[in-house]
Amino acid sequence: MAHTKRHRVLPGFGLSVGYALAFLGLIVLLPLAALAWKASGIGLAGLLHLLAEPRTQAALKLSFGGALAASLINAMFGLLVAWVLVRYRFPGRRLLDALVDLPFALPTAVAGIALTALYAPNGWLGRAFDALGVRIAYTPLGVGIAMVFVGFPFVVRTLQPVLESLDREMEEAAESLGARRSQVFVRVILPVLVPALLTGFALALARAVGEYGSVIFIAGNMPMRTEIAPLLIVQKLEQYDYVGAAALGVVMLGFSFVMLVALSLLQRWSRRWAETSP
Amino acid sequence: MSAMVLPRTSIWPRRLQRAVLVLVAVVFMLVFLLLPLAVVFTEALAEGVRTFFAAITQSEAQSSIRLTLLVAAMVVPMNLMFGVAAAWAMARFEFRGKALLGALIDLPFSVSPVIAGLIYVLLFGAQGWFGPWLDAHGIRIIFAVPGLVLASIFITLPFVARELIPLMQAQGSEDEEAARVLGANGWQMFFRVTLPNIRWALLYGVLLCNARAMGEFGAVSVVSGHIRGLTTTMPLEVEMRYNEYDYVGAFAVASLLALLGLLTLAIKTLLEWRYGAELAAHAPGGR
Repeated sequence: MAHTKRHRVLPGFGLSVGYALAFLGLIVLLPLAALAWKASGIGLAGLLHLLAEPRTQAALKLSFGGALAASLINAMFGLLVAWVLVRYRFPGRRLLDALVDLPFALPTAVAGIALTALYAPNGWLGRAFDALGVRIAYTPLGVGIAMVFVGFPFVVRTLQPVLESLDREMEEAAESLGARRSQVFVRVILPVLVPALLTGFALALARAVGEYGSVIFIAGNMPMRTEIAPLLIVQKLEQYDYVGAAALGVVMLGFSFVMLVALSLLQRWSRRWAETSP
Repeated sequence: MSAMVLPRTSIWPRRLQRAVLVLVAVVFMLVFLLLPLAVVFTEALAEGVRTFFAAITQSEAQSSIRLTLLVAAMVVPMNLMFGVAAAWAMARFEFRGKALLGALIDLPFSVSPVIAGLIYVLLFGAQGWFGPWLDAHGIRIIFAVPGLVLASIFITLPFVARELIPLMQAQGSEDEEAARVLGANGWQMFFRVTLPNIRWALLYGVLLCNARAMGEFGAVSVVSGHIRGLTTTMPLEVEMRYNEYDYVGAFAVASLLALLGLLTLAIKTLLEWRYGAELAAHAPGGR
């Protein structure tokens, strides 16, 4: 580091890096170290026992499976909404564009009770679904709907800038060569969008996996059925099982980490694919 | 592209195709995003305006509003200072471990809010690393206001930094170098050149940070202990009233939070429309 310092015109290197590192150390690293330390107290046998518990498995399956399903739905509808917002001009477009961020702006507890009131058997939408024999609130379906709600803006907001910078000449060239509209979309547009689509998918996924406030109200929190992993952590804490809570926290972080690494590998591969395809 | 002879006719005329796509997008957003918002206000006013006002002027509601404002007033300046320092380091210097610093700044966005609360319980709670020491000195962090502040700082830590880093990287450092060459000292350069250049992005980041700090639920729920009137912020008051079947009361407080969200959204959109060029293209954040 010393050899570059001589050429530095701008001040504040030591101060800014030092302050940022000290702050991160105290706020992020030290508490995470406490988590790892506490979790290690469970031991390998204890960890395997925790993972073998049906209730743990059900909660992890619901959190990760629900998040995957919700993020897939968000990827599809996010692509559609981003496409419509960037490519078409229609009255109310800017308002709709601003509305995309609503799930970011609405506090999770507020979203949670609102979704519950909406989809409960006597709610505006719940009543209609109830007539069809479909229960949403207090079922895994309700958990999924809350996860769709919180993850929705990520896909749209990552796709928009890419769609805006898309070179339309490529599309026109493809069409003038006789490609159909659907062919143009699949062969010309989609390959360029896939990396951003994966980024948005990963962000929505990470958010949905850890989501708490908007899910717990609509979930109903029945063990084995609609209990999400973060809630299981809270319940372990309430029973003073600090080690179990910490271990489950580390397991969740570990799963998320593996998933995000896999997605970033997929993204790197898709970027190469986008570069080599026409 | 071997089938060059294929006729270029689609089954649907393009206009119809467009109309259908727009319609699907609009309906999806109205049902999934707008309806929940409408429910909040409808339920809050379900028993009339008078009940609504009674619900939000109750002493517990008032103390939850005061506490929420207090927590935000402590969290936002901390993350504002951190965000500026981190952005200055990330956008103006090359150093070893820079990528790691960037990853650390983003980390809180991929940690569950519940875990964000849990880690402070493990650090400062009765069973935690510093628990016995704090207890011996009569300091309370968990189940008290400092815990709420710490957990909220963790959750909202990336907002300001993530807004500033791409903008400052795109702006480059010519202005600041010129100021230095012309004889400005470090703080003069910062307050007269850097700060004016980043002011709108800074405001944008602060806005998002504040909205999240006031609305945070999961992390503060874990460290709060739910002591009515002392450690219940507005989102926690919403939860407690809801669990006590006081639906009108819960939605009344929730409607205040929803108004805060709408106000945030309005200012944010206004900033984007007016100063779009001065806000760099940024990755979506927020939670």
